[in-house]
Amino acid sequence: MIIADKKPIQEIIDQVKNYERILVLGCNECVTVCEAGGKKEVEVLASVLRMHFLKEGQERKIHERTLERQCDHEYLEEIRDVVDQYDAVLSLACGVGVQFTAEKYLTTPVLPGVNTCFLGANEQRGMWTERCQACGECVLGKTAGICPISRCAKRIMNGPCGGSTKGKCEINAELDCAWQLIIDRLKALGRMEDYEIVAPIKDWSTERAGGPRKVVREDVQV
Amino acid sequence: MRLKCPADFRIIRLPCTGKIDLIHMLRAFERGADGVYVVGCMEGDCHFSTGNFRARKRVEQVARLLDAVGVGGERVQMYNLSSGEGPLFAKYANEMDQRIRGLGPSPIREAIRKRKLAA
Repeated sequence: MIIADKKPIQEIIDQVKNYERILVLGCNECVTVCEAGGKKEVEVLASVLRMHFLKEGQERKIHERTLERQCDHEYLEEIRDVVDQYDAVLSLACGVGVQFTAEKYLTTPVLPGVNTCFLGANEQRGMWTERCQACGECVLGKTAGICPISRCAKRIMNGPCGGSTKGKCEINAELDCAWQLIIDRLKALGRMEDYEIVAPIKDWSTERAGGPRKVVREDVQV
Repeated sequence: MRLKCPADFRIIRLPCTGKIDLIHMLRAFERGADGVYVVGCMEGDCHFSTGNFRARKRVEQVARLLDAVGVGGERVQMYNLSSGEGPLFAKYANEMDQRIRGLGPSPIREAIRKRKLAA
């Protein structure tokens, strides 16, 4: 899922301070699961903002709403009737949701309420780690299910590099060397011969290096 | 056990302090409460294992949020005691009462009062 983290309250206050009517808009998907922008976080943030402006003696109308998703037209349509009642929308969705909302409601400022971080997994309660960089050409089948693109600091396709020591990466003693993990898992799978296969130069054009990407699926288009 | 307790606090019963959420405490402040304290079981004695630890973390989170908006994190506090410690319950109630009196009314309560007067 997409992992997001909370923005500091002061940064959010600075963003919204010039707007009188604000809609705090949550998203029921990834940001709910990573506890950054779901219904609960919307309630808390709206309450904190109301208290801040009340204390400052400033009249503000701060309302709350959480959509099923902010990255789909049909769910975003649910606020079409009310969006004009607000001077700004503070979206707690990921960067995708913020942009999609902004594209849909051109004349309403849409502000980000979270920092979108990466595609990751919930490794343990309160800890999320990166697992995918959406490079557009998955190599996990060749690397024993461990991604050298997202989990190796150098993103090398034939590793490990000289910076791998006792299974850890040179950039951080806490960080596992992805290639050590790959070798360990290839051994466990009895596929060490795959390690001898030299990976060709990766085509990075499907990654961000090729510019903003698009997936068109005619089979599901109507 | 006729213990003296301040008369100006309201008890809200929970099945376990682990049930309390940030928004419950924040709403109390938003409506003008001068302070909120959560009284849970002794640490390590939670019937649900970690309810009181969760509550403590949430209380700490609320304290940080209240500090961030200038209401004051010291207006919220977590206490632990066993159900047989009536005198300690009264002591904590008095302690919190004294602390809040020392801090004075919550700025939110003041703001609500001013708004009502202006209306």
